[in-house]
Amino acid sequence: MSVTQAEVLAGIKDIVVEVAGIDPTTIEMEKRFNEDLEVDSLSMVEVIVAAEEKFGVKIPDDEVTKMATVADAVNFIVTAAK
Amino acid sequence: MSRRRVVVTGLGATTPLGGNVASTWNALLAGTSGVRLLTDEWALDAPVQFAARVAVEPAEVMERVEMRRLDRSEQFALIAAREAWKDAGSPDVDKLRLGVVIASGIGGVITLLDQYEILRTKGARSVSPHTVPMLMPNGPSANVGLEFQAQAGVHTPVSACASGAEAIGYAMEMIRTGRADIVITGGVEAAIHALPMAGFASMKALSTRNQDPTKASRPYDQDRDGFVLGEGGGVIIIESLEHAKQRGARIYAELAGQGLTSDGYHIAAPDPEGAGVTRAIQFALDDAGVDLSEVVHLNAHATSTPAGDVAEARALAAALGGHVSHVAVSATKSMTGHLLGGAGAIESIFCILAIHHRIAPPTINIENLDPAVTIDIVRDQPRALPPGPIAALNDSFGFGGHNVVLLFKSFQ
Repeated sequence: MSVTQAEVLAGIKDIVVEVAGIDPTTIEMEKRFNEDLEVDSLSMVEVIVAAEEKFGVKIPDDEVTKMATVADAVNFIVTAAK
Repeated sequence: MSRRRVVVTGLGATTPLGGNVASTWNALLAGTSGVRLLTDEWALDAPVQFAARVAVEPAEVMERVEMRRLDRSEQFALIAAREAWKDAGSPDVDKLRLGVVIASGIGGVITLLDQYEILRTKGARSVSPHTVPMLMPNGPSANVGLEFQAQAGVHTPVSACASGAEAIGYAMEMIRTGRADIVITGGVEAAIHALPMAGFASMKALSTRNQDPTKASRPYDQDRDGFVLGEGGGVIIIESLEHAKQRGARIYAELAGQGLTSDGYHIAAPDPEGAGVTRAIQFALDDAGVDLSEVVHLNAHATSTPAGDVAEARALAAALGGHVSHVAVSATKSMTGHLLGGAGAIESIFCILAIHHRIAPPTINIENLDPAVTIDIVRDQPRALPPGPIAALNDSFGFGGHNVVLLFKSFQ
């Protein structure tokens, strides 16, 4: 199934709000998970597992380590879901 | 180095009787039962269908995001610790001189069982990355240590139902020996779940009075048939007398001594003569340098099991000797249920408040006193304690034969 960047961003926002409890309006493409969004390494695992379920994609662990920003995650998922 | 005196300057709790110390204490003096029928689906066909859940759910006082990373036992610890810290006046302390000793008897058993269910139904990848920090028994202590940035040491003694009392004793030693100036200490438990309850039921330790839950916890009554599982916890702030004086802290009582022994008898059954308990009381008196004539109150372990209550009562009678008639004994598990690793902590708070307010809480549900019990039990109504210097004992025992006695006294 194909998803747009906007759809994935909206989905990631929901997940980060659920996991980290931060204001959704602060979640933007260039924000860094760890430094800007209070998503530490443990919470990042939660975000990834929830994103996999939501978008029906597989995100390998070595890709996760490269995902510093929201944009990194969104772009990977958009490509993987094609 | 001479031993430093240790005083209690803050109290916090979340219990089946109330979401804080004041509401718990008021309900306790009023003789209220915190025991209820469980509404959980698993309880509907369980052998025991009631327990003493906390009066105030953590969700009412804690942010959702914080809660999801914490086991229920860790939530209780943080709620009680925050209240106790505030009650102590949010002391300004060197973090290198601040310690935490909070115990639990079983640890994050609900997390363990819930995550095992996820593993079985959804697979390993869905198991929460927070599982281990949530299930480890030192989790409550560690989370409180993080919150207050304690760096003098964060510890977790485990001795089943004596854990909470053992934690407070350990914390006292940290201050006595100069390792810390302030220690946040107590015990918590969150084990109301199908498996631990089935385990306790299987060993015939729990009351099965499903038709009358509020009457099920009845220490010293002839018709007692087991304990009632409770949940929650208590945390106290203790500090060196110099530190407390220096900052002008309110002092509730002095934590003056402890006595520790073990039975070497059986993994779960008490020594019927209670010799280890008698010795522990003597050790606590010796440690505190307090004469039996000063002891006017005792918060008993008294869980409402057929064997345990009588063994303890015998041991107390032997230890108190000719002074037995002026020691008002309260069995508060008749109202709170048995908080396992939290029991020694909330019952220490009850002892501290009994000294502070000069009143012993009641014991409810004794309809026919077991004739083997010869100690002086405070029944149904609270009883005033005398003026002047007084002391109170809190005894706790755990599966494995652990005996812990703490001695609190009025501060002079």
